[in-house]
Amino acid sequence: MPVLEQNGTKVWHRRTRSESLTRWAVWLTGTAIFVYCWQKISEVTTWFFVWDAPRIAEDIWTRATPPRWEYITQLGRPIWDTLNIATLGTLIALCFAVPIAFMAARNTTPSATFVRPIALLIIVSTRSINSLIWALLLIAVIGPGVLAGVVAIAIRSIGFCAKLVYEAIEEIDQTQVEAITATGASRWQVMAYGIVPQIAPAFAGVAVFRWDINIRESTVLGLVGAGGIGLQLSSSLNVLAWPQVSLILLVILAAVVLSEWVSAKVREAII
Amino acid sequence: MSNELDAVLGHRWKKPPLIKRDWLRWTIGVGAVAYLIAAFLTIDVNWSRVYEGLDRGAAFILAFTTPDFVSRATDIRDGLLESIIMTIAASVVGIAISIPIGLGAARNIAPLPVYLVCRGIVAVSRALQEIIVAILLVAIFGFGPLAGFLTLSFATIGFLSKLLAEDIESMDKVQAEAIKASGARWLQWINYGVQPQVMPRLVGLSIYRLDINFRESAILGLVGAGGIGATLNTAFDRYEYDTAAAILILIILIVMALEYLSGIIRARVQ
Repeated sequence: MPVLEQNGTKVWHRRTRSESLTRWAVWLTGTAIFVYCWQKISEVTTWFFVWDAPRIAEDIWTRATPPRWEYITQLGRPIWDTLNIATLGTLIALCFAVPIAFMAARNTTPSATFVRPIALLIIVSTRSINSLIWALLLIAVIGPGVLAGVVAIAIRSIGFCAKLVYEAIEEIDQTQVEAITATGASRWQVMAYGIVPQIAPAFAGVAVFRWDINIRESTVLGLVGAGGIGLQLSSSLNVLAWPQVSLILLVILAAVVLSEWVSAKVREAII
Repeated sequence: MSNELDAVLGHRWKKPPLIKRDWLRWTIGVGAVAYLIAAFLTIDVNWSRVYEGLDRGAAFILAFTTPDFVSRATDIRDGLLESIIMTIAASVVGIAISIPIGLGAARNIAPLPVYLVCRGIVAVSRALQEIIVAILLVAIFGFGPLAGFLTLSFATIGFLSKLLAEDIESMDKVQAEAIKASGARWLQWINYGVQPQVMPRLVGLSIYRLDINFRESAILGLVGAGGIGATLNTAFDRYEYDTAAAILILIILIVMALEYLSGIIRARVQ
């Protein structure tokens, strides 16, 4: 315990002297980095606009309220498209994610030296790039529209789902697998009766969780032209139709809250 | 019992269905098929456009084998640097703000009015996506990394406060009570009774959020909020796939490095 002597009496301290010195040095470096970052940001900021911001915000607020409620009749189709992008994207992603997860899990991979690194690479690279960037790329390749959105969501979700499923596979109870193997089951039968029942709840949870995230992401995919309600948002923003923008934002907010509620209910029922 | 056994004996074993109730199983199945058909019918795909685009898709995949880091090197470097700067500044400010809000959103240490206000802030921050917040902030504060910085800070608050509050709510009450019994003031109570219990998780979550903030900062440029996204968008628009591939590879490498780092740090603090 760090105890220091001061004027002949022993005083308790939380840390020893060298500990507090290291801490102090770490804090100093951290603060220096932060100050440097802040300086860089403020260098390229037009501060006049920032001081003017409250007035602009108030101006936008007065333009945006009340929302143009009758515009909602034109939003039916975009909402349906958004739902489709999220749902179909999730389904396609799951179809790819399951085999990749089995290849990536240490206990089921066919070859730990060749197949596993490839599976892990797919997981990392699809996960680290945002679906908006995938959408941007796919629009350049297959043209704007709902299909680009579906594929973008699917690619982005593969890594996420595969990662969570392969972690579930690595955590399974090996005794059940051994029991099935002992009955003389083939490799596929072991998988179907020994492994799949154990990961099914985790799999369903992941699927619903990702669907919820995908609803969120698909609402903004339209900003780059990949279909859904984001298209309406970006065209309203382009013509500065603020009452329409506020209505669309309200609809998006409702969709996000609703999908989160659905996914919470379903996961409660499964687990 | 014997009747049940008799009914089963002599029959081949069948896998029990996932959903026991027949009607529910059928309704869900038919509903799912009907939805899928409706969804497929309403997606209009311009197949000739897709076919034409396949060459470009192949060109893009080939570009990954020959990424071009050189010809736009300054743009890429400036963009990445701006992304990193935004990420660090926003993470620091976001974490600093989310700690008091996280304390306020924990039911076991905050009074009800404070709890409701803090939960409200968390809910608003979580429901609005980064890109929408960025659009609004760009409209208000003008183009540049300041809007991106504010967006990421705002998003960090919702994420971190919620998880911190949940961690505080599930902490061990005994330790906190022991500190209180020794006559500690409120701040001392938080500092010695609560903080040591949630610190490992707070550090882990903070680094995880740093990682997320970097990934998000890559797209904020699409709406003019600074960072590498603007450079990437330009590269796509000009069909410079080799430059785009170079940027994507750099993003993936940085994310991998951050994930590796966060794994090490989390293993050390826990």
